Amino acid sequence: MGEKILMKGSEAIAEAAVRAGCKLFFGYPITPQNEVPEYMSKRLFEVGGQFVQAESEVAASNMCYGAAAVGHRVMTSSSSPGVTLKQEGLSYCAGSELPVVVVNVMRGGPGLGGIQPAQSDYFQATRPGHGDFRYIVIAPATIQEAVDLMMDAFDLADRYRNPVMVLADGLIGQMMEPVVFREDPPKEYDKSWACTGCAGREKNIVNSLYLDPKDLEDHNFHLFRKYDEVEKNEIRVEEYLMEDAEVALAAYGTTARICKTAIGLLRAQGFKVGLVRPITLWPFPYRTFRKVADRVRFVLDVEMSMGQMIQDVRLGVVERCPVHFYGRVGGMVPAPVEIVQQVQRLLAE
Amino acid sequence: MQYEVIIAGFGGQGVMLIGQLLANAAMLQGSKTVWMPSYGPEMRGGTANCTVVVSDEDIGSPVVPRPGAAIVMNLPSMDKFEPLVVPGGLLVVNASLVARKAERTDLDVVYVECNRLAEEQVKSPRSANMIALGAYIGKTGAATPEIVKYAMAKKMVGKERFLEANKAALDLGIRLAQGEAG
Repeated sequence: MGEKILMKGSEAIAEAAVRAGCKLFFGYPITPQNEVPEYMSKRLFEVGGQFVQAESEVAASNMCYGAAAVGHRVMTSSSSPGVTLKQEGLSYCAGSELPVVVVNVMRGGPGLGGIQPAQSDYFQATRPGHGDFRYIVIAPATIQEAVDLMMDAFDLADRYRNPVMVLADGLIGQMMEPVVFREDPPKEYDKSWACTGCAGREKNIVNSLYLDPKDLEDHNFHLFRKYDEVEKNEIRVEEYLMEDAEVALAAYGTTARICKTAIGLLRAQGFKVGLVRPITLWPFPYRTFRKVADRVRFVLDVEMSMGQMIQDVRLGVVERCPVHFYGRVGGMVPAPVEIVQQVQRLLAE
Repeated sequence: MQYEVIIAGFGGQGVMLIGQLLANAAMLQGSKTVWMPSYGPEMRGGTANCTVVVSDEDIGSPVVPRPGAAIVMNLPSMDKFEPLVVPGGLLVVNASLVARKAERTDLDVVYVECNRLAEEQVKSPRSANMIALGAYIGKTGAATPEIVKYAMAKKMVGKERFLEANKAALDLGIRLAQGEAG
């Protein structure tokens, strides 16, 4: 393991990508993730890579398509409104089975919204753009986890030949924490499908256009057999103090760590509260919620949104227990004491 | 043990820098730490603040609505953060730019004329922030002076000519805070 260093989330994410073997970055500036392209513009030069500030988010996502199609590890990053623009190119990437890593440092919306932290892109991450496809979506709660998941993201993208979205929020992007980078070299994946010049072999075609409905249906079936594998193999979830819990909080990312502080306060008062923290938002840990629902009085889903992940929590719980919601939006971050009060109020009902 | 401090002032006073120094020192002494900036349309001369949490245990919420301490480098920061410090908490006030006294009577308040002392005693006007940081660690022990100075040296690679003045400013702040404590 390397040295422990204090890093800002956006810069740590960028450094993790470089160490995962990403040599190409295409992006367009937007707060609160500008430190990702800023860092990449310097760092990629040092490792013989290329940084391009594209003319738009749409262009950046299509540049990623091109880079992935020729077999390179590539990423882009943006924040909520910018990610919406990238959805077009990323749907093409999913259709063409291209490994691309996308970082979304979420800010408040809708529209241009604001620049403070939010989690209101759960839908656009887990129910992405046009067509039947999925991103693998992973949501870090600390800068160390952002680093580790960022490195995993490139492996997941290559293993499944699919876009992976690292879903962070403005706080993860802006705050600093100590991090240690894994030293293991990037894994190698078979990329014999890539368009690397076909001298001496059959030509490869990377394309998402299937004009014959039968072919397109088969292609969709193929993609979903792959997604079945992802659901079987890649679910990640943290259960925190759930052994004796009578109440389960459900939260991801920054909100999950705020919930942990609230749980400390609640437990000091004798309330047995735990947390279920999905780390992969797709594939979603439905089974964990199903199991938990039989043991707790209720689940309180906490998000920096008006209630998006709660739809998946409910699909997991399937009415085995009540599911309540608490959210702050627009860049407002919930304080631990607000969550404490919600739990106390619900327990008193 | 958990220390939380909000450090606030005008952009350009170095409030973000001393927060990062504290977080770096905390990391180097083996503590858990988070540094969280205010971010937004801030600019030089506008207001800026950061929160630093130092703890023995994993840190949950990086957002601390009621911190254990605040370092306020100007009057708007005093007005904004004096009411938020927990009862019994610490308020370090840059008395050079904050003309008023604290209104609360349930806080430990340390007044330090950071700007005047930086200019007259340290002969380095821009080290006012380091005097304030010294006062904070002198009072709380959130990090040791030696580790803060080590973090300073690592942070100031290429700016070594300012290092001695900044160390002197830190020591001055520590002495003033501990003098007031007695």
